[in-house]
Amino acid sequence: MNPDLVGRAFAPTAPYLVGREKVREFARAVFATDPQHTDPDVARALGYADVVAPPTFAMVVQDRTLQQLLAEPDSGIALERTIHAEQRFRYTRPIVAGDELTAQLSITGVRAVGKGAMVTSEAEITDASGAHVVTATSVLLIGGDE
Amino acid sequence: MSELAVGDVVAERTVQLERESLVRYAGASGDFNPIHYRDDVAARVGLPGVLAHGMLTMGLSVETIVPWLGDSGRILEYGVRFTRPVVVDASTGAEVTVVAKVGAVEDGAARIDLTVTCADTTVLGKAQVRVRLP
Repeated sequence: MNPDLVGRAFAPTAPYLVGREKVREFARAVFATDPQHTDPDVARALGYADVVAPPTFAMVVQDRTLQQLLAEPDSGIALERTIHAEQRFRYTRPIVAGDELTAQLSITGVRAVGKGAMVTSEAEITDASGAHVVTATSVLLIGGDE
Repeated sequence: MSELAVGDVVAERTVQLERESLVRYAGASGDFNPIHYRDDVAARVGLPGVLAHGMLTMGLSVETIVPWLGDSGRILEYGVRFTRPVVVDASTGAEVTVVAKVGAVEDGAARIDLTVTCADTTVLGKAQVRVRLP
C-alpha cells in the first residue's frame, strides 16, 4: 500500500446521468417499499423533480472513484485482498432521477495495520451545477503481500 | 415524530434474502464480485459460503425506516461497519432482521440506531442514521 496516495489529485469522474428506471431497479434490489423511489407523482408531492434514489444509491457513483483508485499503477491495492470495512454517506440532498453527477476522489487516510493497511477513500459527489449532493466515504482494509 | 424518546422502536422488518436477491443487487449496483453468487469462488477464498453484498445489507437496512420518515431527504448521514458476513444458502437463503430505535434526540435531529441481525448474529456495527426532524 502506497502512502503517497494521500493528497494525490485525481480527475473528476465522467458525468453519471441518473435514470428513472435505474432508480426503480436499485430500489427493488434493496427491498425499498416506499413509493417515493418508484412513483414520480409521489416524489413530486414531496418536492422532488422525479423519483428519489435510495440513500445507498450514491455507492453506484462512488464506485467509479474506487475503480480509479484500483487503476492507479502504484496504488498497491489488489481487489482480491481488499475488504470493505466501513461505509458512510453525508448528504446535502438525496439523489433524484435526472441528476447528472460527478465524483471527486480523495484518499484521506492510510494507516498501517499489520502487513496491510487501512485506507480511507472519499468521493465528493456534486450535481451539474457544481452543488454538493453527498460525500461517500469507504474504509478499505487492504491485505499485505503474502 | 417530535415526541421521540430514546429507546423507541420506530420501524422493524425481516427480509428474506435468496441467491436471486444477490444476483439482482449485483445487476442493479454493478458489483459483480463472484463471491456473491459462486460457491466455488467463495470456497476458494476461504469464505463460509456465498455472501450477501455488504452494501445490500446496508441498503435494505436503511430502507426499513424510509416509510416512517416519509421523506428520505431527511437523512443527513448514514454509516455502518461491516462486522459479520451474511451467508446466503443456495436453498434456504438467509433471513435479515432490522430493528430501528431512537438512539439520541438533539437540536432538530435524531440518531436512529439500526440493529441488523442474521441467524442471531449482529452483522452491522455502529449502524447509525442521523435524520432531520420536521
